[in-house]
Amino acid sequence: MSTNANVESDAPESAIARDLVRRALYVAPAFLLMGLLGWGTTGLFSAALSLALVAVNFRLGAAIITRASQISLNALFGAVLGGYIVRLGLMTAVVLVVKAGGWLATVPFAITLLVTHLGLLTWESRHVAMTLAAPGLRPPQ
Amino acid sequence: MLNVLAQTAAGEMLEGLKAIGAGLGYGLAAIGPGIGIGTVVGNAISAMARQPESAGMVRTTMFLGIAFTEALALIGFVVFILLMP
Repeated sequence: MSTNANVESDAPESAIARDLVRRALYVAPAFLLMGLLGWGTTGLFSAALSLALVAVNFRLGAAIITRASQISLNALFGAVLGGYIVRLGLMTAVVLVVKAGGWLATVPFAITLLVTHLGLLTWESRHVAMTLAAPGLRPPQ
Repeated sequence: MLNVLAQTAAGEMLEGLKAIGAGLGYGLAAIGPGIGIGTVVGNAISAMARQPESAGMVRTTMFLGIAFTEALALIGFVVFILLMP
């Protein structure tokens, strides 16, 4: 018998999101150091916020797809498009609150957000493409 | 005196226009990824309905496609943050 937790941990998008977050932890020190050295504690905080937003965005997106796909294909469509708007809204709200508090250095935040998001996806795509093409030659984690 | 008032008003107007521009830019930047995600998910659902046995592979590529498409919205988000006064 599979429980809800089992289904969630076995879902392919959840596995990818977990992988992405794990890889984000590998690259996090480089971005945190860049923020600290270039912009001081505000830069460090901004880089950390950016990394956290990217990680939460991936995990939340995967969780929404997993939950919705258990309901129906129509629910999946609605949840993905609704989730996109909700996630962008949450991200905007968090950043506006932090910016109003004077804790946001925009340049390290922007660099970390874009480079981490695209870099991690490219890294993960390579892994996924190889896994799908030749499951026997699955690259090491 | 009038000169000072005019300069202040012009400064405030510039800030207001910047905020409007940032909001409009973000909104416009979010439209494209919205259409893109709709296309990705629509085709993925069509594929899953035709071949339920390949749903795992389809969901994997769908998730990555959505995430890549979202990067465009994130670029708009970053421009919004940079432009916000």
